[in-house]
Amino acid sequence: MSPAALPAREIALVDLLDRLLAGGIVLTGDITLAIADIDMVQISLRALITSLGRTTRPGVAERDA
Amino acid sequence: MSAASYTYAVARPFDPTRAAGLVGVDGAAIHLVRHQDLVAVVSPLAPADADETALRARLETLAELEAIARTHHRVVAAVAACTPTLPFRLATVHRSDDRVAQLLRREYRRFRETLDRLAGSVEVGVKIYVQHADASAGAMSVAERPRGSGSARVGRDYLRYRREQRDRRQHAWRRATAAAEQMDAVLAGLAIDRRQHRTQSAELFAAPGENVFNAAYLVDAGHAEELAARARRLGAENPHVTIEVTGPWPPYSFTGSEHGERT
Repeated sequence: MSPAALPAREIALVDLLDRLLAGGIVLTGDITLAIADIDMVQISLRALITSLGRTTRPGVAERDA
Repeated sequence: MSAASYTYAVARPFDPTRAAGLVGVDGAAIHLVRHQDLVAVVSPLAPADADETALRARLETLAELEAIARTHHRVVAAVAACTPTLPFRLATVHRSDDRVAQLLRREYRRFRETLDRLAGSVEVGVKIYVQHADASAGAMSVAERPRGSGSARVGRDYLRYRREQRDRRQHAWRRATAAAEQMDAVLAGLAIDRRQHRTQSAELFAAPGENVFNAAYLVDAGHAEELAARARRLGAENPHVTIEVTGPWPPYSFTGSEHGERT
């Protein structure tokens, strides 16, 4: 693959988690600690996402629109 | 040392010097566990993190989750840049390298088949958003605020305003969903395969609107830019939606058949 094919920029964590939690080989069996189901990290996600959103929260500057 | 083994990916063998200096979770060096013509990419995890509760607790901490996710992806992407690679899901941990080797033996055929299927392919992510002009649901703007009338009138106008606002949002959402389906049909035609992910909750982060569509397309690495460009063009042609393209990614979303149920 060619990593430079699309513009390189900091990958948004939500996009990364979208792939790492919903994708990848999922293993079954006693030797695996497959921890990160989406629902399990939902709380972290919510915290993450809220803290990201705070900087550009819509609605505050729109009063005079 | 009784460290556990964090597994990032299984891959075709590659020149180990290309993984030299590659650092895994908690700064541990990467090594390879080999079985026939497959390797697992592994780094040791401190014994303290080797049990399920400890690791789960770490993943519930935002900073740790981010650090582990970024490290995981960095390793997978580095390996995928030099050899066909199947990424593992985040936080796949085995008790030892021997257990990783067992896994390779047990799943050998499945891994080989999947590697054959995905060799040379990357995934491109496409998200479609609908823009809500009145995203700040709640207060009426000054221009729309009724003036100089009684409170009953104000209440009635307010309710009407809210109803119209709701209808506008529903209309915009339906229009965007229809547009997304059309775009998806075009993009799917360019791709080897596609997977639909759950939409991301827009109110929660700095997104350009409400996410109505979230999908991954599998393409030959050489066609990733073409699909991305097509997606951006489709987005630019439609004034009612915003498109966001990510990638190319290693084929995270296409490693198993079980993902078909996930849509």
